[in-house]
Amino acid sequence: MNKTVLKVGFFLAFRQIKRANIWTTGLIIIVMALTFLNLVVVNGVLVGLIQGAIEANRAHYIGEVLVTSLKQKTYIENSQTIFDIAKSLKGVDAVTGRYIGSAKVNADYRRKLRDDEVPNAAGTTLVGIDPIAEDEVTGLSKFMIEGTYLDGNDTEGIMIGANLLYRFTPIDSSAFQSLRGIYVGDKLKITVGKNAKEVVVRGIIKSKVDENDFRVFMTASEARKLLGRTDNNLNEVSIRMIPGASESDVIAVKQIFLNNGLDEGANIQTYDEALPKFVKDMKSMFALLGNLIGSIGLAVASITIFIVIFVNTLTRRKFIGILKGIGIDSKAIEFSYILQSIFYALAGAIVGFVILYGFLKPFVDAHPINFPFSDGRIYAPLSGTFIRAAVLLFTTLIAGYIPARMIVNKNTLDSILGR
Amino acid sequence: MSSIMIETKELIKSFKNGEQVTTILKGIDLQIKKGEFVAIMGRSGAGKSTLMYQVSLLDKPTSGEIFIDGQNVNRLTTDEQTKFRLKKLGYVFQDYALLPDLTAKENVAVPLIMQGMSTEKAYKISIEALERVGLAHRTDSIPARLSGGEQQRVSVARAIAHAPTILFADEPTANLDSESSARVMEIFKELHKQGQTLVMVTHEAEYGRLADRIIQLQDGQITKEKEIVRD
Repeated sequence: MNKTVLKVGFFLAFRQIKRANIWTTGLIIIVMALTFLNLVVVNGVLVGLIQGAIEANRAHYIGEVLVTSLKQKTYIENSQTIFDIAKSLKGVDAVTGRYIGSAKVNADYRRKLRDDEVPNAAGTTLVGIDPIAEDEVTGLSKFMIEGTYLDGNDTEGIMIGANLLYRFTPIDSSAFQSLRGIYVGDKLKITVGKNAKEVVVRGIIKSKVDENDFRVFMTASEARKLLGRTDNNLNEVSIRMIPGASESDVIAVKQIFLNNGLDEGANIQTYDEALPKFVKDMKSMFALLGNLIGSIGLAVASITIFIVIFVNTLTRRKFIGILKGIGIDSKAIEFSYILQSIFYALAGAIVGFVILYGFLKPFVDAHPINFPFSDGRIYAPLSGTFIRAAVLLFTTLIAGYIPARMIVNKNTLDSILGR
Repeated sequence: MSSIMIETKELIKSFKNGEQVTTILKGIDLQIKKGEFVAIMGRSGAGKSTLMYQVSLLDKPTSGEIFIDGQNVNRLTTDEQTKFRLKKLGYVFQDYALLPDLTAKENVAVPLIMQGMSTEKAYKISIEALERVGLAHRTDSIPARLSGGEQQRVSVARAIAHAPTILFADEPTANLDSESSARVMEIFKELHKQGQTLVMVTHEAEYGRLADRIIQLQDGQITKEKEIVRD
């Protein structure tokens, strides 16, 4: 295509758009904007569901770096060294250590059960924490749906995850045990091996992070007694970086531990590595699903623009014939329709961008969609959105070109005479 | 250069409708001189418009040859014919054939820009052409805001703006009132005086008489040619 062809194509396209019916143009742009949103938002919500779970895991459990015991060990070796190094590192905002062990919580320990009666009890993970440090890292105190957050000096109290209580997780299955009729202030018995302790429920946690919501929390000193731990070796250390820390900052912190050989006695992972595998798999799965639905959206967009340009060229067939008749190059005419397609796609994408980033995303971020396992947000990073806009533009360009070419290639005289 | 501007040899145009073949032009031999004003006349269905479409390269004949300014234009490719039309031919259609999204000035300017002219220069020439047809005051009006006569004059301005070798007009007054028709014909007369070769299809004898020669068509054949002698 030479310069003159482009110039004439632009000349014709600009004036056709400029003098087109504003309502028709508006409607086409709205259709394109909705198609663009369909392309981005459906995928964004699906991935956002999982991304919400991932973000929640990071913000309310893992932190940026998670240190856990090696598989064959019951605790983190050199726990206190790791803990102290972590606290001293530049860029680290807060650190919390956890003592962890398997336990059983029983609500029927004060009465004798009949032989055929199933006790109101559930298996759980007992976690001993420093409530203040834990809150600094995971912000758990924000997730008390009933009662109060644990006090550091509380020797009797526990916080219990909502998933352990039947009224929050009403699952009737012999494979899943939960406690019925438990409220703040009720007493429970926690048993770890041969050790047992009567505790009082101070608060109930619901953070949509399973690692919190299936656990029972008590102060570290009391937990250690129950777990029979006489040393200070921790089972988990979560490290929170200062806000805005980059991925490379996180990797740098992990590297410091590795450089000190601390990975020989502990499993040191960044938040990304520490994510449960099923979450990672679900993210890929949902992204795939989102892309599949997005592809359907893209096909709809292509067909829409095809119909728009086809109808547009068909109704203008006579004028296309006239243009060819007076000697206008077919390529210039085709280019003018391609430009119109690009205009509709671009305008639609811009309107879509404004709706998405100016309203929809901020709104959903402020009012997340309440899914059982996460706070659903729209996951729409700019780079991905730009790629989708480019895909839409390209598809629209092809969808606009085909009908334009079909009509332009018709016999000139037949077009002029409307035959 | 030959003084013959248009020449056709054994020009035949047939249309197929299923198995049925209808021949509209039955071997037309025609010569039009440079600077001549020719009116093609005949009854409806005689083939006059079809003849003009073949000669003006808007359609392809079934057989026969067409020479314009000594060049065998049948042998040109579609793209070459488009370029040929752009540079050498001008058209005035019965229904004006203006582009509804473009102003009068822009309608006239499009072929000029296609010839490689700058938009500014094309606008300058198109305004001059519109002045020649008496529409200096309507340059920025879109066709929908112009009367039929004005639209036809824009069409004439577009046809003459690039100084074509031949100007073709297909029933240019058919949709116009008598005043507008007379005005368009005045423009044609003026152009002819300036040496423009003009080929006009018309069924109006009154306007046919303004030409140098009338070619009468009947059933796809030239039945009569009449030179108009003026005092």
